[in-house]
Amino acid sequence: MAARVLVGVKRVIDYAVKIRVKPDNTGVVTDGVKHSMNPFCEIAVEEAVRLKEKKLVKEVVAVSCGPQQVQETIRTALAMGADRGIHVEVSGKDYDTLGPLQVSKILAALAKKEEASLVILGKQGTFASEVTIDGDKIKVIREIDGGLETIKINMPAVVTADLRLNTPRYATLPNIMKAKKKKIASVKPGELGVDLTSRLEVLRVEEPAQRQAGVKVETVEDLVGKLKEAGRI
Amino acid sequence: MAGALLRSALRLKPRLRPAGAERRRYSQRSEGLERAVAAFRSVSGDEGVSLGEAVREQHGRDESVHRCRPPDVVVFPRCVEEVSALAKICHEHQLPIIPFGTGTGLEGGVGALKGGVCFSLRNMDQVLALHQEDFDVTVEPGVTRKALNSYLRDTGLWFPVDPGADASLCGMASTSASGTNAVRYGTMRENVLNLEVVLADGTIIHTAGRGRRPRKTSAGYNLTNLFVGSEGTLGILTKATLRLYGIPESMVSAVCSFPSVQAAVDSTVQVLQAGVPIARIEFLDDVMIGACNSFNSLSYPVTPTLFLEFHGSSKSLEEQVSITEEITRDNGGSDFAWAEDEETRAKLWKARHDAWYASLALRPGCKAYSTDVCVPLSRLPQIIVETKEDLIRNNLTGPIAGHVGDGNFHCIMVLDPNDPDEVQRVHEFTERLARRALAMDGTCTGEHGVGLGKRALLREELGPMAMEVMQGLKATLDPKNLMNPGKVL
Repeated sequence: MAARVLVGVKRVIDYAVKIRVKPDNTGVVTDGVKHSMNPFCEIAVEEAVRLKEKKLVKEVVAVSCGPQQVQETIRTALAMGADRGIHVEVSGKDYDTLGPLQVSKILAALAKKEEASLVILGKQGTFASEVTIDGDKIKVIREIDGGLETIKINMPAVVTADLRLNTPRYATLPNIMKAKKKKIASVKPGELGVDLTSRLEVLRVEEPAQRQAGVKVETVEDLVGKLKEAGRI
Repeated sequence: MAGALLRSALRLKPRLRPAGAERRRYSQRSEGLERAVAAFRSVSGDEGVSLGEAVREQHGRDESVHRCRPPDVVVFPRCVEEVSALAKICHEHQLPIIPFGTGTGLEGGVGALKGGVCFSLRNMDQVLALHQEDFDVTVEPGVTRKALNSYLRDTGLWFPVDPGADASLCGMASTSASGTNAVRYGTMRENVLNLEVVLADGTIIHTAGRGRRPRKTSAGYNLTNLFVGSEGTLGILTKATLRLYGIPESMVSAVCSFPSVQAAVDSTVQVLQAGVPIARIEFLDDVMIGACNSFNSLSYPVTPTLFLEFHGSSKSLEEQVSITEEITRDNGGSDFAWAEDEETRAKLWKARHDAWYASLALRPGCKAYSTDVCVPLSRLPQIIVETKEDLIRNNLTGPIAGHVGDGNFHCIMVLDPNDPDEVQRVHEFTERLARRALAMDGTCTGEHGVGLGKRALLREELGPMAMEVMQGLKATLDPKNLMNPGKVL
């Protein structure tokens, strides 16, 4: 049981907020908008904390990349049971252009530095719906199109959390207060040897097309007629 | 468009065939309505006013068995100034005003008995001001209980009043809602600090003063609690300031079976007397347990059962559970099972959570109606025993679930709505039940409200003098009787 788990947590616009595109179409409105931990990251943290509670891993480290505010997100992970946090300082233009390539390099460098046996992230990847640790191997059950697939992998490994992996706990008030005492270390991408230059440029952001009102028809003949008119059949 | 309006207004009228004078009144009314609708549109725009039949029907019913009573028009204000302007128009044209939250009420409170204007508040859905260290938050009426708790999830705070449905918080304030947690966290009456209300003539008031949120006050008459439970008959609630609580560090759930109703209730009283700060204590009778067993393929002993939940730190939970286990054992309780992790807790409580559906499953194709009486704890065994005898004597299906820590229980009456004899028997049973509760110093409605069906019982419960005072208050705040007419009083 030497395992140390690294969990990535991302600060995003709260899922309940209605997203609005900025008037200059360069992005979405983020000022003054409620932000919270990406729901899939919550599931990842929950899984890591459960592994610790089952005594299968020794330490859970929560990592986030971004400006000062991401520390709130790390604190939430600490309140859920992570032991310490790492804040990779990225701000301003660098943060605006921070993409998956740069983040993955950062996480890889950190995983090496922290000697993490397991990295758990939210979504996109293995789609784990059940994770167990068996000695020095991890057994992962993942949902695929045809059903469930069980795989056994060596550590160190990267696993991503699917929706059905668990139900994340709420951060309780006493735990939030206790989490204030846990440490969050700050680190710069340069110190990890990661170059943040982006190879992508956002040209324009637009809202999806507004839904058009439907048309009611009285008979099947009308329906067929309308579909023909629209060139659909 | 005028013709369509006229037709729709006429279609809504009850089945009377209008003779001369009546016909004149209809035309007058529909002209008035036309002018009012035009005025509504100038305030809320075309998107904020709906005359569509489907929309009106949606806003004329709730989750009760009362039939749909659609309003003449539905408006969707976006802010309190709009609500006030729309109310002024209704006041001028003598149109009834019916506030509408989520339509999850159980007593027919949203039916537009005299037509009128339904104020659907769903577009006012912002959490306005959260003060974490003060444990308070102010919300608009479109915010539901679950939406608020989801918003709060990062803060470690929650709003614990849980009536089951995902109701609008202002709707919950309107009906003085309660829930399974009331034994520890109280009902809406204890948890609303301030309300912004629009009165029938458009006046906007703040019941505790604008923006004020002290945890306690002795300033003036308790206007806030006058509006809590007023079911839309005194004003439209447009903001509520609510008391929040810290999410407890841990929770433990437990189940225990008892040889009799008396044993279960005795245990409840003793647990409360022992000072255990129990969070939930729910009673299911043998019929209900049987239904839950069938519905969920469980195998609980088919006897009166208590479902319990404890909140606190791990250490305090150990103590709470051990004291409670001892008490239940002393009262003949058996099969005491408890769990701390979320999945097992959910499994333990599934029986209680699915009670409504398990009851419906007893007789597929039927509908269900929930009774709601509340008596002092010491009278609970007697009223439940007498009620069960009544059910058997009258051949009725009524499994019982109760918030036994409050003396409040529900018979889930499962009935065939197309069998007039059964409908009648159920109706008479519920009247007898309410009167039985009144005779035991209780109330005819513990948490659902008076709405449409319990107005006569309210008179019996309060007596003529108190009723007069209530009617006086209503007459002062709403002299034209425009606010949700035909409800409560």
